[in-house]
Amino acid sequence: MTLNIRKIREDFPILKRKVYGKPLAYLDNAATTQKPRQVIQAMSDYYENYNSNVHRAVHKLSQEATQAYDDAHEKVAEFTGAEGIEEIAFTKNTTESINIVANSLSGKLKKGDEIVLTQMEHHSNIVPWQQAAKRTGAKLRYAEITGSGELNMQQLQSIISKKTKVVAFTHVSNVLGTVNPAKEIIAAAKEVGAITVLDAAQSVPHMPVNVKGLGCDFMAFSSHKMLGPPGIGVLYGKEDMLEKTEPLLFGGDMISEVSFQDASWNELPWKFEAGTPNMAGAVGLAAAVDYLQKIGMENIHEHEKMLTARAMKKLAQVDELTIYGPEAAKRGGLVAFNIRGVHTHDVSALLDAQGIAVRGGHHCAMPLARLLGIAGTTRASFYLYNTPEEVDKLAEALEMVTKKMKIATIRK
Amino acid sequence: MTMPDSIEELYREEVMDHYQNPRNFGKMANANASYHDYNPVCGDEVEVQLKIENSILKEAMFTGKGCAISQAAASMLTEEVKGKALKSAVAMTKDDMLKIIRINPGPVRIKCALLALRALQKGIVQYEATKIGMAK
Repeated sequence: MTLNIRKIREDFPILKRKVYGKPLAYLDNAATTQKPRQVIQAMSDYYENYNSNVHRAVHKLSQEATQAYDDAHEKVAEFTGAEGIEEIAFTKNTTESINIVANSLSGKLKKGDEIVLTQMEHHSNIVPWQQAAKRTGAKLRYAEITGSGELNMQQLQSIISKKTKVVAFTHVSNVLGTVNPAKEIIAAAKEVGAITVLDAAQSVPHMPVNVKGLGCDFMAFSSHKMLGPPGIGVLYGKEDMLEKTEPLLFGGDMISEVSFQDASWNELPWKFEAGTPNMAGAVGLAAAVDYLQKIGMENIHEHEKMLTARAMKKLAQVDELTIYGPEAAKRGGLVAFNIRGVHTHDVSALLDAQGIAVRGGHHCAMPLARLLGIAGTTRASFYLYNTPEEVDKLAEALEMVTKKMKIATIRK
Repeated sequence: MTMPDSIEELYREEVMDHYQNPRNFGKMANANASYHDYNPVCGDEVEVQLKIENSILKEAMFTGKGCAISQAAASMLTEEVKGKALKSAVAMTKDDMLKIIRINPGPVRIKCALLALRALQKGIVQYEATKIGMAK
């Protein structure tokens, strides 16, 4: 089914705004996405009608807020294929979700153990594991990428051994766009009994993802990258895995029994949600899930594939432009590139002048940029509200950038 | 910090000229102070090299790579500070730098515009610290 983009765009008030007098083409969706009226309204409705703390007071407002907050867990569980709300903890974002797992495993890993990551990880799926490795003496090993920006599966299989205790990897690379064969990697990790952690920040918003189908032990993603508000994210974990996971934050609402000397933890998922949680965020996230489900994840995925294929075809025709990562069929909805001799910030600023919002830089994947031998890339990333016309506009604007910066290109 | 007035202003001709034909670009053979600074967010780099005599900046050169704003700012700054007393070079502010490059880079790219000034000032501070150390 092709999406009715015009109708979808009507739902996003921000897409009507102009930038420097030009219509906004928002192509920075891998960083954060825009919010539909339905999400904004659900959140104002929460504040205007039933704002209250959850899981505490017995008054009417608190009952309504608690119901909405718990229902949001239920909705996310259903959306991801989890068994139930016991398997869905709300966190601040993907980063916090991964930190919870890495921190808890810090108490269990020991010298000689190995943690397998990939060279295409975001900092949020590297730095927490580095800390865990430092604390325990465990070793970090990296699955390498091929020249086309895919995982070298043979090499990955070869570094997974009996020593491997954790395999943590991104489902879709936020730089290369590569969709990794998650099922295959998880199966390989399981053969040696390793715990699997899936960074789904760039996949859950854009394609159907089912945790049971994948078989991962943990999965992390963020609300703000899927039409929801920032400040709320998700940690999925198999129930038995979450039972064994220690919380990162301690305090109110995450306890069951507290004495002056000791405390026991609340049941799942609340033991991971210390303190007053982000109630409005949860309501907004639930509205975002509703919205995405109404459109259909498969339809969104198809639409983005169409935009990506178009972008790769058009951008390949721009002088001096290099695209990073695999062919269109193997990627999610993003394209990162460089124009030879032109800094990404100059590319981004000149695109901005045309009303085109893209991201320039290392995209929080510094080791990957270094591996590719570049300071960064310019990245255009798509979502359900982007149009083929916006992709064409990007290609045309890049032609102009190349012309404007040509002298600089020759000098370098 | 206000928003940039327009991109045309940000990439005005003089800025582009300094980016494409940087002044004082290269390594200085007889430099007695230098400082390499780096902006981790965008990867811009500037190394400032200085020839200091009697507390005066006799010569200033730079090498570096990065966006047009960071490199043009370094070029314009090295022209501006030649002959300046160390004391007044160290006292230069963000606004002084913006007056030199005559652009308003906005809140995100202000770091690009200030990279060379920060490198220059750190270079001078380091030079003076070493001098005091040697005097002891």
